[in-house]
Amino acid sequence: MYLCNNPITSINYIMKSARYIFSLSILCTILLFAACKERRTLPILGPRDTKEVKNADGTTRVDTVYKTIPAFSFLNQDSLPVTGDTFKNKIYIADFFFTSCTTICPTMHRNMKTIFDEYKDNPDVMFLSHTIDFKYDIPSKLKKYATKLGVDGARWQFAYGSKDSVYKIAEKDYLVAVMEDSTAKENYVHQGWLVLIDKNKHIRGAYDGTNPEQVAQLKKDIPILLAEEKK
Amino acid sequence: MRKTLLTTLTLAVIASIIYSCQNADELKQQMYYTNGRDLYIKHCQNCHGANGEGLGKLAPPLTDTLFLKQNKQKLACLIKNGSDTTVTIHNQTYEGKMPDNPQLFNIDIAQLIVYITNTYGNKQGIYKPEQVTEDLKNCR
Repeated sequence: MYLCNNPITSINYIMKSARYIFSLSILCTILLFAACKERRTLPILGPRDTKEVKNADGTTRVDTVYKTIPAFSFLNQDSLPVTGDTFKNKIYIADFFFTSCTTICPTMHRNMKTIFDEYKDNPDVMFLSHTIDFKYDIPSKLKKYATKLGVDGARWQFAYGSKDSVYKIAEKDYLVAVMEDSTAKENYVHQGWLVLIDKNKHIRGAYDGTNPEQVAQLKKDIPILLAEEKK
Repeated sequence: MRKTLLTTLTLAVIASIIYSCQNADELKQQMYYTNGRDLYIKHCQNCHGANGEGLGKLAPPLTDTLFLKQNKQKLACLIKNGSDTTVTIHNQTYEGKMPDNPQLFNIDIAQLIVYITNTYGNKQGIYKPEQVTEDLKNCR
């Protein structure tokens, strides 16, 4: 009451609080910008485990074990072996398809091809398409398919392997469902995930290759992963 | 005076009847076109693309207006029975298989053909289910 009745004091009070609000708002703005600048990192996906690790001083601590794509060996479109080492120090996008598929595969590969073309000059971004048609899609068929798609060179690998090896790595490691189904029109059923793998062979993203929005997200996420790998 | 008035009126009525008939045909074509687009997205777009651009050398584009014109009678067979013969589009050969669509009815095929032959630079007008029945008789 006294405060309000005294005009000089109340003006002082208002001035003070205005200054206070002003500096507070500046602080907020700075904080906001700082938050914006913070680099987004991609999560590591898949199941994880823990293990006890011994420190140098003899104490133990618990470490996280992330899902990792294990070593593999398939034949590529040139009948040469394609292994985990083919993608050493690279990031790559993996998927599962078959050449005679007319449902989701053309759309997936149409989208993958645009990414392939975008990173034409970047050897650090690779592609790995596994065929799930172990009966028909021998390397020469894959080569023909790759050529027709407009893919040349080793940056996009088309992998052929036994049913067991391909189906196992799909379901257990890349976490993509694939199956042979004689009731389906084209004998095979599979999901259309494009799986983003980092140089430590961890899964960093999975995007529906038939969904334009998710493919756009993948295109945004690749630079983030590339920047992280550079560090 | 009365005669002229009557004649003008009759002529006007006839003209409007013809006009509305044409409109009905146009309306039908528009209906076919719209339904055809939905069918296209469902059955064709995966390979032939959202803009009929095809897919590399795997699937031919649908932008060759001359090819579509010259082969219009074969389109119904192609869509229903698929194809495994080599085709040449824009001077580029495409081998490989086009899948069949035996589940499609003649009306679906007619709508698809109206869509395909009136978009991507094509402008061939209406195509009716009766024509599909005719064309399907001549499939090889």
